[in-house]
Order: sequence, then structure tokens, then C-alpha cells
Amino acid sequence: MQHTIAELEELARKCRIEIVKMVYRAQAGHPGGSLSEIDLLAGLYGTIMRVRSDEPDWSDRDRFILSKGHASPGMYALLAERGFISHEDLKSYRVLGGVCQGHVDMKWCPGVDFSAGSLGMGLSFGMGCAIAAKLDGSERRAFVMLGDGEIQEGSVWEAAMAAAHHELGNLKVILDRNRIQNDDFCETQMRMFDIPAKWKAFGWNVKEIDGHNMNEIIDGMNYLSETNDGPTILIAHTVKGKGVSFMENNPSFHGAAPNDEQYALALSELGVEL
Amino acid sequence: MTRTAATRDGYGQALLELADNDKVVVLEADLGKSTKSLHFRKEYPERTVSCGIGEQNMLLVAAGMASSGYIPFASTFAIFTERAFEQMRNGVARPNLAVHLCGSHGGTHTGTDGSSAQSIEDLAIYRTLPNVTVLHPCDDVSTRILTKRLAESKNPSYMRTARNKTPVLYDDVPEESIQIGKGIELKSGNDVAIVACGVLVSEALKAAEMLAVEGIHATVVDMHTIKPLDTELIEQISKRCGCIVTAEDHSIIGGLGGAVAEHLSMTSSTPLERVGVKDRFGESGQSDEMLELMQLSAPHIVKASHRAMQRK
Repeated sequence: MQHTIAELEELARKCRIEIVKMVYRAQAGHPGGSLSEIDLLAGLYGTIMRVRSDEPDWSDRDRFILSKGHASPGMYALLAERGFISHEDLKSYRVLGGVCQGHVDMKWCPGVDFSAGSLGMGLSFGMGCAIAAKLDGSERRAFVMLGDGEIQEGSVWEAAMAAAHHELGNLKVILDRNRIQNDDFCETQMRMFDIPAKWKAFGWNVKEIDGHNMNEIIDGMNYLSETNDGPTILIAHTVKGKGVSFMENNPSFHGAAPNDEQYALALSELGVEL
Repeated sequence: MTRTAATRDGYGQALLELADNDKVVVLEADLGKSTKSLHFRKEYPERTVSCGIGEQNMLLVAAGMASSGYIPFASTFAIFTERAFEQMRNGVARPNLAVHLCGSHGGTHTGTDGSSAQSIEDLAIYRTLPNVTVLHPCDDVSTRILTKRLAESKNPSYMRTARNKTPVLYDDVPEESIQIGKGIELKSGNDVAIVACGVLVSEALKAAEMLAVEGIHATVVDMHTIKPLDTELIEQISKRCGCIVTAEDHSIIGGLGGAVAEHLSMTSSTPLERVGVKDRFGESGQSDEMLELMQLSAPHIVKASHRAMQRK
């Protein structure tokens, strides 16, 4: 099903509202990285992603691995909007027994292909999915969403090197380059210098986009889908907390919930009639 | 004369025998020549994934393949599996993906490579993980049979194999007698029960012969499965012998001795003596020298047996 740009933007806006609601209800969680990634998730699922919401375990589905698993509200919101889970399920975020565990978990939530929560693991897992697809002679792909702070984990580079060595054209990464990590700005915590050059040097195809411009996102997704001569990464420049003014570019909202006043402001900024 | 062999050879042989199942895949971290997965790689290169010298990546590539319906066997030295412990914990055990991790060259028996290569904590750390089966077989035959059984398992596993040769005990036994989770009673006596794993099983048998000279009749159990522990058998021998000695080429903290102690603490006051590496690191030496230095060899098992019997 093809969507217009306006439809994808509206999908992302609805998800943003759910992200804010989830984190507010739980009074915990990670709004910043959910808001930075959500246009990309909407763009991916709204264009090239081959999945079936009525058959989430379909064996030939594309895999999606949210390696930055703390940004789970974004994933859950998207899964609810796409019909994998219900909007009622979103109320179970961080609640005992809920399908929406604090970090995305394949054992708990339909549509989740990887149990995340510890950074630097998803790319390797995606590589395993990609190798399995090739052995099966299947056209399915593995998409992996990495955070930018996450690539400070050394194991990411073990996987990056190995994926290029094995010429995994069905392995596709989206890097959410939001420039903020847990404690502070990446630039303060650990400078990463020329990120595109690093991936190129590891043998990857690289494209950079504005991760909030739906035109560029669609182009980027098409690039991912059509580039199959080795692993490919889309480096998406984003704003942490995008869409909620006081969360934007604010390290405090990496892992903090809004209070009552902030919640009302956030919803009104996202166009919710209160 | 008794045949001797290294358990890692049993692992390599089992992979070849499993190859008929086209879902079986092998992952290596540049030590296939040592862990013996190389035989599989030579015959089935398309189903062998080289992960370079990258253990963390290897464990999770295996997890991704398991989630896609494959049966991955990943191996490296026991000590190097440990740097991927959190991958095993969060990426394999937690989602309960049936990845089979083999750590070869375990224990001080590994020898002259020295303490950096002598894993003495692997059984303890993997035993703490929910869903994970932990094995440490004593000869190449049981290693081969248990490895093949793992391919049928729905759970992940860790199996330690050894670099150096030890006596082969199971050349003529039917395969059905070797099952995951079932200890094997090699010798039955009523005075003391020696529960051993891996390279110390043959030392335990030697100890039993030495005790027999003194008129002491020992039970000897090959407890190749550390988890799930065969508690039924522990209960039986505890009642019959009244004291237990555990023996392992592993730290006395948390391994086979730890597992047996944890069980006995809930069920009885049976005296227990643990033969193992006494909270220290090893050094370079030949296998037999290491067992002596670490006080793991048959005479030390005999001494521990005396201590256990005195405490009855």
C-alpha cells in the first residue's frame, strides 16, 4: 500500500502523540529518541517494509530490529497505528504483564523481531537474520535501527566489518543521528568524528538524509531497498525530541517523562484538542 | 590399553554427523582448527559463518539465525566465550533462542598457554542463566552423543570441551545411556560418592581404585550435565553413601560443587567436600602438572574422600 507524503506525516504525528502519552502515563521511559526516530519508522513501514499485521510471524517477512531498544514507545506507537497491537495495548507500557515492556521484546510483543535493551547488539542479530535469508534463498531483508551514541559500542564495529565481509546486500541500517545520548550531547561524551567515512571505510554503502523530511526519507528508503551490492546504511540527521519544543535538542528528555504541565503543552503542540 | 582422546574431537565429529540436517549451521571466531569445527567448514563452507576474531558478534549472529529457524553451533575457546557473556545473557538466553555455544580448551588442564587461556569460571557463569543447559562431558564419545542431542533441544546451551586427551570411557556403551540431564553412575559403592565432570572423571575413577585398596568402596558419577542437575541421582547417592565429594577442573565457586552444595543445602545435611580450583588463577604447565598444582588429581580426590567420610 502506497501512502502520500501527507499520510506518512500524519502517521508520524499520531505516533508522536502516543509516545508522549505512553511516557507520561508510565512516568518513565525514553521520549527523546522515540520522537527522533518516528518519522523514519513511519517512512520505513509506510513504503518498503514487507510485513503483515494480521500474520506478524509470517516467515518471509522483512525483519525490523530496533537496536536502540529504549526508544520502544516509538516502536509500539507505530505497531499500534499499523494494527500489530491495539491502542489499548499501549497502556501496558512498563506495566506488569504488559506486551509493551520497557525495552522492545520479541517474546512479549507481536511485530517485534529482537529483544533489545542492551546497546550494540542489534546489528549482529540483523546480520544473522540476513545470512539466514540468503541460505533460505529468500528475498526478505533485515532492517536495523541504530542510535548514534550506540555506535560507541565496539561490538557494532565487529558486526559492521563482518557484514561487509559476507557481502550482505540484504542487511540495511538506519542510523538515528540525533546527537544526544544518555548523559549529554555525543560531542561531549564521545566524539565520533566522520561517521559516514567510518562506514564507507568498513565497506558499506552510505547515504545521508534529513530524518524529518518525508521526501528525503522516502528517497532514503528507496535507496535502501534498491542497493543490494553489500550492506547499506542510511544516516538520518535528526533532532532528539522532535515535535515537542521543550524536548527538542534537550539531553534531559533522553530518559525522562513530562510533568502535568509539560504533558498538556506537548499534546497541544502536537495538535491535540484538550 | 585404554584409548585416549580430546573431547573437542567428539564435538567436531558430531557436527559432521549433524550435517544431514540442513538447518544446522556452524559459526567460528578464527579458532575452528582448535575447537574442531574445521571439519564441518571443509565439507559445508556455505553453512559455516566466519565471524573473524569477534565473539560478541558471533553469539548474536547465531541468535539471529536461530530466530530464523536455523540450529547454530558456535564455538571458540571457553575463556573467549566469556567476553560475549552479556550477548549470551541478553541476546540468547533471555529470548530463549536455541544457540549452542561450545567453549573448548576449558580449565587448567589446557596447560602451557597459561592462566589467560584457562577458563575456570565458565560453568559457574553460564549456570546462572535461565533457559541455558550447561554441559561438560568427560570423553569424546559422550561429547559426540551429547552434541548431537543438543540439536534436538529447544533451549540454548553452553558446553565445555577440553584441549588435551583423557581416557575414553564410553567406547562400547549404547548411545541411549547418555542423555542430557542424567548423570552416569560409573562405579557403585556405599562409603563415599564422588561426583565429577570433564577431565576429572577419569581422575575420580583412579581415586576410587586407590580407595578400594584401603577397603573403601566409592560410587563414581559422571555428572556431564551441570544444569539441569540430576538431583534425583544426587539424592540417591547421598542416602546410600552418606557423604559426597565433587571434583571439577573449575573454580570451587559456583560450578559443579556449587550446584551440588546448593541442592544439598535444601534437602539434607550430607557432608560435602569440593575438589576444584581454590579461588586462584593458574599458570603455564603441562596438563598433569596443572592437575597436581591445583590439587585436582586422584590423590587429592582420595584425601577429600577421607575428609568427607570423617564428617559423616
